[in-house]
Amino acid sequence: MAEYRHLDYMLLDEKFSEEELMVRDAVRTWTSERFIPLIMDHFEAGTFPTELTPELAELGVFGPTIPEEYGGAGLNSVSYGLICQELERGDSGLRSFVSVQGSLVMYPIYAFGSEEQKREWLPQLASGKAIGCFGLTEPDAGSNPGGMLTNAKRDGGDWILNGRKMWITNGTISDVAIVWAQTEDGIRGFCIPTNLPGFSAPEQKHKWSLRASITSELVLEDVRVPDSMRMPETTSLRNPLMCLTQARYGIAWGAIGAANSVFDEVLGYTKERIVFDKPLAGYQIPQAKLAEMATQITMGQMLALQLGRLKDEGKMTPAMVNMAKRNNVHVALNIARTGRDMLGANGISLEYQTGRHMCNLESVYTYEGTHDIHTLAIGNELTGIPAFR
Amino acid sequence: MKIVACVKRVPTTEVQPTIAADGKSVDANGLQYMLSFYDEIAVEQAVQVKEKLGGGEVTVLTVGPKDSSKELRECLAKGADKGVILIDENWTSRDCLSTAKALAAQVTAEGAELVLAGRVATDRDNAAVGPMLATLLGWACVTDVIELSIEAGKGVAKRESDAGVEEYEFALPAVITCQKGLAEPRYAGLKGIMAAKKKPLEEIAIDPAANQASVVSLAEPPARPAGRIIGEGTDAVAALIDALRNEAKVI
Repeated sequence: MAEYRHLDYMLLDEKFSEEELMVRDAVRTWTSERFIPLIMDHFEAGTFPTELTPELAELGVFGPTIPEEYGGAGLNSVSYGLICQELERGDSGLRSFVSVQGSLVMYPIYAFGSEEQKREWLPQLASGKAIGCFGLTEPDAGSNPGGMLTNAKRDGGDWILNGRKMWITNGTISDVAIVWAQTEDGIRGFCIPTNLPGFSAPEQKHKWSLRASITSELVLEDVRVPDSMRMPETTSLRNPLMCLTQARYGIAWGAIGAANSVFDEVLGYTKERIVFDKPLAGYQIPQAKLAEMATQITMGQMLALQLGRLKDEGKMTPAMVNMAKRNNVHVALNIARTGRDMLGANGISLEYQTGRHMCNLESVYTYEGTHDIHTLAIGNELTGIPAFR
Repeated sequence: MKIVACVKRVPTTEVQPTIAADGKSVDANGLQYMLSFYDEIAVEQAVQVKEKLGGGEVTVLTVGPKDSSKELRECLAKGADKGVILIDENWTSRDCLSTAKALAAQVTAEGAELVLAGRVATDRDNAAVGPMLATLLGWACVTDVIELSIEAGKGVAKRESDAGVEEYEFALPAVITCQKGLAEPRYAGLKGIMAAKKKPLEEIAIDPAANQASVVSLAEPPARPAGRIIGEGTDAVAALIDALRNEAKVI
């Protein structure tokens, strides 16, 4: 396979520090050499390459912004964005695996957990010795997570958890689950080991998107947990939404990685593919598509970069993340669809990256806040009038 | 033990190099850089020797521009302890002997006992700096090494040649040039990258010796002649054998 070349039309590489570029290149090299050769078969088989988990941990991509004392690398947010970008250049399933572990499991434990929970879980999660999942979405509560039915009832010093979660990445292979549940006092988060009696996580099969990612239900039937497994700093629905803001931040970057993978493949293909005695890239219709793709990628890169700088300065707001996730995933999906078309029949082969990215991005378009919900969030930010319901 | 790994940054293969307007150098416009392939092996081997001995210091040394800091930081992220850039903004036209002299002076200043270098830099393809460095220092030299073990004061190295595998014993100090297969370079982990920030990276101004050999002109390799189809199916076999035997003279 040809060496990957990312598009840098506006010389944005100049805007990254030497350390940020080193992080990006380290993850890029790993993805090219270790992940890309495996992904086609795993995608086809519907499996995640769990054999790579120790290498991912060694690379340091699990919770890299967590302080070193808890096993993280203490990186800045732009570096974390670049990590997501490079992993999703490989596959959205890979980025999802890492996003969940870092943004949806390590982040809430770090932000809302007790010191005991941090000491117990963060080093294990950072080193990949434990895998985590995040249970918020339910069969009948997606865009309206506040409508969750999963509940936790006090029983002496313990809690009894009941309910069902759905579309949970990594569920089946998790050692620890962050479970959100209604209580008498509002929504609370629990950090529970998955081997408790009454807890099960059957895998959801037959997906045609994110095939190289494990998706599960979480079933909680009278799961008894001590109060020490409640994350003490959780007080409302705001807490899981804060986690999602972290994860969506990574997705805004990741989508650009997927789009860049498609663009690189399609550009190479159209320059080499001869149609009527000249390269496909020499015709106006393919050029118009390439120009549009490159423009959208470049704008997405600038959006992600500015968002990352603001995050590192402590100025990022959730409404900014809504815009970046919405736009970047939307353009990545459109680029992948156009790219699939430009590859002709080859576009439907898993020998090429593009078709796989196209299928994956359909999930990314919907999860972590659907495109339409992000639209309404931006509308709310602009007008001050919520139109969600 | 103090170990020095000598490295060079070379253009990546992402950009097709073109000849500059002066007709004797490569146009640097748009070029990206990386560590030369064999130098990565040298750095890895240096770190492995240190790890095996249970102590010591690995210094990564280069003659090059200030921008070499990126490549040197990568070496620090992969386990080297210190980086030194001998600043030479005319590094692309520096000849082997002048480079070796600058390196030799710094190796002496570092008090190193072992120097590891790539067998060849993948840009200029001279394979000369390592042996020149050994000569200038008056040290033992084994080139193209595929297996190495180091203990106090001495070492054993294997090298592959046309005659087979040769095994050498040598006394330290020594210069070893590294062949593919000697060591598998590790990935720079993110923690390594963070740790690299805190490691020393020195820039030293040098006054390089004048080149003794200079490039006077640079030309693209001649374009390959077009291929020729000599037949189809089994009928082509006889014609192919004839062409290989009488034209190409390879069988």
